[in-house]
Amino acid sequence: MNRPAELDDIQGLVRFAYGHLKQASFVMLRVKDQKQEAARAWLAKLPVTSAIDANPPPPQALQVALTCEGLQALGVGDDILQGFSLEFVAGMAGDDNRSRRLGDVGDSAPAAWQWGAANKMPHVLLMLYAEPSGMAAWRQKVVRGATACFQILSDLETTDMDGREPFGFVDGISQPKLDWQRRRATQDQELEEYAELSCLGEFLLGYPNEYGLYTDRPLLDPQGAAADLPRAEDVPEKADLGRNGSYLVFRQLHQDVAGFWQYLDRQAGGDAQLRTRLAETVVGRTLDGKPLVPSEGLNGFDYRGDPDGLRCPVGAHIRRANPRNGDIPAGKPGLLGWLLRTLGFDAKAREQDLIASTRFHRLLRRGREYGEAIPLDQALADRKAEAGLHFICLNANIARQFEFVQSAWLTGTRFGGLDREGDPLLGDRSPDLNGAATDHYSMPQAFGACQRLEGLPRFINVEGGAYFFLPGIRALRYLVTAT
Amino acid sequence: MTPQYPFMVVGTVEPGREAALRELLDSMNGKPGMARPDNDLVPFGRFDVLHYARFVILADPTAGDMAVYGLPTPELPTYLAFFGDVDGPAEAFLADLLREAEAGLRQIFSHCDDFGDGTDLATWLRDHQRPVGANYVNTVGRTVRQIKEEAALHRALSAQVPRTPLSSADEARKLRCELVEFSRAEVRAGRLHFTREEPTPWEWLIRHYANRVGFALLALLATPFLLLLSPILIFWLRKLEKTDPEVCPRPDANLLLTLKRMEDHDVTNQYTAFGLVKPGLFRRWLLTAVVALIDWGARNLFARGFLARVQTIHFARWVFLDDKQRVLFASNYDGGHEAYMDDFINKVAWGLNLVFSNGVGWPRTDWLIKRGARIEQRFKYYQRRHQLPTQVWYKAYPGLTLSDIRRNRRIREGLSCAPIPDDQVLAWLRLL
Repeated sequence: MNRPAELDDIQGLVRFAYGHLKQASFVMLRVKDQKQEAARAWLAKLPVTSAIDANPPPPQALQVALTCEGLQALGVGDDILQGFSLEFVAGMAGDDNRSRRLGDVGDSAPAAWQWGAANKMPHVLLMLYAEPSGMAAWRQKVVRGATACFQILSDLETTDMDGREPFGFVDGISQPKLDWQRRRATQDQELEEYAELSCLGEFLLGYPNEYGLYTDRPLLDPQGAAADLPRAEDVPEKADLGRNGSYLVFRQLHQDVAGFWQYLDRQAGGDAQLRTRLAETVVGRTLDGKPLVPSEGLNGFDYRGDPDGLRCPVGAHIRRANPRNGDIPAGKPGLLGWLLRTLGFDAKAREQDLIASTRFHRLLRRGREYGEAIPLDQALADRKAEAGLHFICLNANIARQFEFVQSAWLTGTRFGGLDREGDPLLGDRSPDLNGAATDHYSMPQAFGACQRLEGLPRFINVEGGAYFFLPGIRALRYLVTAT
Repeated sequence: MTPQYPFMVVGTVEPGREAALRELLDSMNGKPGMARPDNDLVPFGRFDVLHYARFVILADPTAGDMAVYGLPTPELPTYLAFFGDVDGPAEAFLADLLREAEAGLRQIFSHCDDFGDGTDLATWLRDHQRPVGANYVNTVGRTVRQIKEEAALHRALSAQVPRTPLSSADEARKLRCELVEFSRAEVRAGRLHFTREEPTPWEWLIRHYANRVGFALLALLATPFLLLLSPILIFWLRKLEKTDPEVCPRPDANLLLTLKRMEDHDVTNQYTAFGLVKPGLFRRWLLTAVVALIDWGARNLFARGFLARVQTIHFARWVFLDDKQRVLFASNYDGGHEAYMDDFINKVAWGLNLVFSNGVGWPRTDWLIKRGARIEQRFKYYQRRHQLPTQVWYKAYPGLTLSDIRRNRRIREGLSCAPIPDDQVLAWLRLL
């Protein structure tokens, strides 16, 4: 029988975005030399917020995540570290190939980051959430005493932009729904339809994922302090250090708001309506979040009715980030139809089969905006101000989820068979190996060749990033007390 | 139609000279693992029939896996493999190659144990050709020249076509004719070329149809016996499937770094994997049959742009070595490695299981096609652990994926003013 999810052991962020707590603060710490013991003791006392229901919702919350370097600095042994995923151990800035794939090149290369590479690698991430009026007190309470054993590497503030990201679009509409009740069968089967419901194991270690399998994570002998850890469902004789934990991907994305709107204004020849329409075509939603294809509400749609991208271009940001397709393209029903599609003999289905199945590549987004909300007229008047998104997402398999979406779908220049173009918002604009430019955006139209935006600048730069482990609460205690 | 042929040269690396060979091969590269088309040793760029080529040192660090069967590590040599895909007969290409790059090839192959100063290179190359067990060509008949000419056509039309909305299908038809006229003018001006298709060589046609018919006959003859034997065969398979050990540890971090350093410089990547075949006659026969089946399928069913649901593989091959003790798999695919593996797992896991489950350590299968590669992480570890760094890799058309090539082909095919339905005219314009 499936054990219920242990809400009291899961950090709250997996279940809640803490949207009612308008202020967030992300504090990155590094363990000071010779202060390992004190740092461990300090972390052990933190009041980490769990995922249990609270009524009324808590007036503040604290989440704690650790990088691989952080675990090392806290004295966690290599035997345990090697149980974590390869990507987590290597790190977001781990090698050039990863940077190439993620689009972290040029001005966005790790060497230029404010944090997350070389000696600016955080060890511990404290995520504080509170009402704006209560943040100072909450922060003081949590961070008190930290400087004795930690160096504060960076202290990232956030801004409440009322549900919009800095370019002005309503953000965070599409999210996977987690199967908290564990209703989905834990078996491997082909699903033809796109669905919002995701297996817990896509976002939490220790639970079955969409393949009906358990993602690798450190499993320990349940002796000593490890006896307090939950047992592994798939290997009951082992203690599961990963269970109820997740990998947290954090990227500081600087958004060039003035550059974005000025570029579109030039393309629109100063026509305000056209400018807005172009921006909405780039995103795939209106400023208020309405998708460009017919939809029930803001999120009840897919792209099957728009295979050529006449309503929503195939390369639109939200279509790339979440293509909303099933495991196999639609086609003739019945066993024969399925067999023909599976063997590739259905030419129509083949044309719709260039994009990987969505359900294996979902991200649970928990980002927050930062900087200054720049009104459109000021952006057009070239008001330069710091603004962006602290992109945060949770996933159980960094390579298959975050890295795949970021590289194959967003940075990749042949998404869905497109002609050399990266994501219009996030693309890195680096040319192909033969020198061909990738800095355009195609908008198919019913009559005529695709309209194009040409010479897109890079609107979004990466200024920092790291892979963290967001442990279960018991696992966190184990990591800082027992290892 | 000009058919594509594989060439495959395998020599044994002289003990003690592997490091020097690696260094020499590396000197051919611009980026890690990416050959400079004009490198001094083998200037691949000079051969206009060559699609892909690579040099790989076949040193198998997983040979010790035989221990899971209680068997000693087989003593097998380290090979240097040189292979690729060309338009027209491989012999003609190798003769050209010899003319243009004899000195470079001599320098490379002098690291093999039976190659000396007095060796005749042409004879040596002929003697060291190995048969390709199964060969996959994405689209049989598509030449390098055609790919490049059609890419130039796409570039020219894409820059020429107006992108403002048209008011009607009439205008679209008119525009199409203007573009056809434009491309004709470009041809006259010598800026675009369309090489006429060569007649299909009759030797190829004979072999092609003989292969098609012969295999069908063979299958027909074998079916009664297979049916008769099926209870035994199935029993045997199930027994092996339940007992064959899995060997899927995490790949070494340094190996991964070496492999990744070579990846994602272009929109296409290379993949070379190597491993032991499971011991015993059953697996040996099964694998032989499956590889033959794949070869037949690649010629007869999957020669037009897709290998089952996968449309991103340019060329691929399976090659038996060491009297079928080991198998080499090599491919050229579009996109990143993770996306390639995603296709393998989510689109053709059954096909992978069919062939690779006969390799030592493959994740456990059921009924030959179920599970196996669907055991996502173990499969991913397995394939990375068996992957070999491709020392030198050449692609004739950087910056072109199969989706580009297919689209360019459709543009070329639609390059005519002959009347076609309006929706086809509009679809054609959208390709530009």
